[in-house]
Amino acid sequence: MIKDYFKLSLKTLAHRKLRSWLTMIGIFIGIAAVVALVSLGEGLRSAINAQFGFLGTDVLAVMASGGLGIPGIGTVNPLTDNELDAIKEIPGVKGAAGRIQESVKLVFNKKATFSYAISIPDGDDRKVIEHVFNMNAQKGRLLKDGDKKVVFLGSMFFEEGNAFGKAVVPGSKVEIQGREFKVIGIMEKKGNARIDSAVFMNEDDLRNLVDRPKGEYDVIGVRFDENADVNKIKEDIEKNLRKIRDVKEGEEDFSVQTPAQILARVNDVLRGVQIFVYIIAAISILVGGIGIMNTMYTAVVERTKDVGIMKAIGAKNSSIFLLFFVESGLLGSAGGIMGSIFGFLTATGLAFVGRLALGTSMISAHITFQLIIGSILFAFIVGSFFGTLPAVRASKLNPVDAIRKIK
Amino acid sequence: MKFKKIIELVNVWKTYQVGAVEVNALRGINFSVKKGEFVAIQGPSGSGKSTAMHLIGCLDLPTKGKVYLEGKDISCMSESLLAQIRGKKVGFVFQQFNLIQNLTALENVALPMIFQGVNEKERIKKARNLLELVELGDRVNHYPNQLSGGEQQRVAIARALANDPDIILADEPTGNLDSKAGKEIIDILFTLHKKEKKTIVMVTHDNRLAKYAHRIVHIKDGKVIRGE
Repeated sequence: MIKDYFKLSLKTLAHRKLRSWLTMIGIFIGIAAVVALVSLGEGLRSAINAQFGFLGTDVLAVMASGGLGIPGIGTVNPLTDNELDAIKEIPGVKGAAGRIQESVKLVFNKKATFSYAISIPDGDDRKVIEHVFNMNAQKGRLLKDGDKKVVFLGSMFFEEGNAFGKAVVPGSKVEIQGREFKVIGIMEKKGNARIDSAVFMNEDDLRNLVDRPKGEYDVIGVRFDENADVNKIKEDIEKNLRKIRDVKEGEEDFSVQTPAQILARVNDVLRGVQIFVYIIAAISILVGGIGIMNTMYTAVVERTKDVGIMKAIGAKNSSIFLLFFVESGLLGSAGGIMGSIFGFLTATGLAFVGRLALGTSMISAHITFQLIIGSILFAFIVGSFFGTLPAVRASKLNPVDAIRKIK
Repeated sequence: MKFKKIIELVNVWKTYQVGAVEVNALRGINFSVKKGEFVAIQGPSGSGKSTAMHLIGCLDLPTKGKVYLEGKDISCMSESLLAQIRGKKVGFVFQQFNLIQNLTALENVALPMIFQGVNEKERIKKARNLLELVELGDRVNHYPNQLSGGEQQRVAIARALANDPDIILADEPTGNLDSKAGKEIIDILFTLHKKEKKTIVMVTHDNRLAKYAHRIVHIKDGKVIRGE
């Protein structure tokens, strides 16, 4: 029965093509905006989560000079052994290891690229760094104490189509800052562009290479007891470091950040952006809905004749209501379906262009089945909702008046 | 005899409010139609013919008086019940054909059956048969604007027969047609009356058409003046 009403409504909409298209535009734009922007936002969110998510929940980082930028680059007041020792003494801390990080030039296959090198200390501290980066070798092996002139590379160097135009494999020789190093292993892919393109080497090698004195660090990686209170540990570290570095609260030249904190901050910003997008899209959909209402009121006036005829041949008020209600719902959902398709294509296209232009995998469209179905359903509901009043008006038309109108 | 009466109007008044003025379209009209009868209603413009027709067809309710359809008083029925009765018992044929323009001939004929919940297969089959009956079997997929006036009116007759009603109400069915097409339409109605035993009530100005009827009811100023 309801199928027949859908068929009748479709015929009517097809009969008034131009008007149907124009009416659908409002909903179309709103839904396209929702699908495109939400999926890009979700893509960005999951990319960011991938960037930080590989880090364990039981680690935090103490950074000199603070900030979210690449740690270590341009550090003016580095961390020291004193601070490292103080952190190791804090209750709940299982281990801590300092590292330096420097931008370096790599040459392989006669092609050069820039990356950044991370130092790994000897002894027990090595385990801390390996844990912090959740470091495993997909090829070759990890670095070990006593290794000299060898490097452990991020997974990107192993991929075909890297900056060198040739995959680097264990045993390959690469030139770093003019000196030759042997590749000992390749790290598992982490999904984080910075880590996947990093060069790990033993601390002595890196210090010699970039001429950094012993006992100073850019970052101290801390591993703590999983049951410990991360906020308490963070506060203790900050208190200790303020004392050692002689800085007042609020004027720190270092920062203590946990992956969870970074994620939460980024997600907060993204959520704010998404709410903004939802509001804009909601306004567009509302305007689209009012457009549907306007069209349906016009349709009721124009089709008073048809309503009169249908009532004369046995249509009940409820049948007439259903006919107009389904029609406006269809206008909404057709706008929704097309908006979803357009939004999908826009998001995918923008993500593709973004990746090409910026060369980062951070830009991707994360389009879910729920988002598409939800959008279409929402569009149908908006269409039906705004079609209700015109449908009621149509259903209440007096058959005689409706037929008289034609004479 | 009362049981034979299919339609009966008893002292029916219909008053319309036109602005501040009350207009009495019908003033205590009395007449009845027997089952299987072919009745013509005649009268000058504004005499109340169409109003009487609307009341007989359950499209409207009287201001005063009673309207009986197969012995049942429909004067106080809800719109929903009236719609059901209209759909099952009455078939309308209008002067201006009144087909739905965006539906094909077949779909127009099948439309009343949708409102009665007839399934699609049955609807299509019956609509085809009815269009063949009015000799439009080769025009089923044509839209109204692709059909001549006479053809459109034949589609309208087929539509009026969709739910196999006992009563066909025709309001000036040949008013918009040339004499040849008009003759064809009246022939179809007459055949329906003769062969299918349909009760036919026809409003017409045309004395030549009225002659086909068993009885002519003359209405003037909202009252039956002859043929009651």
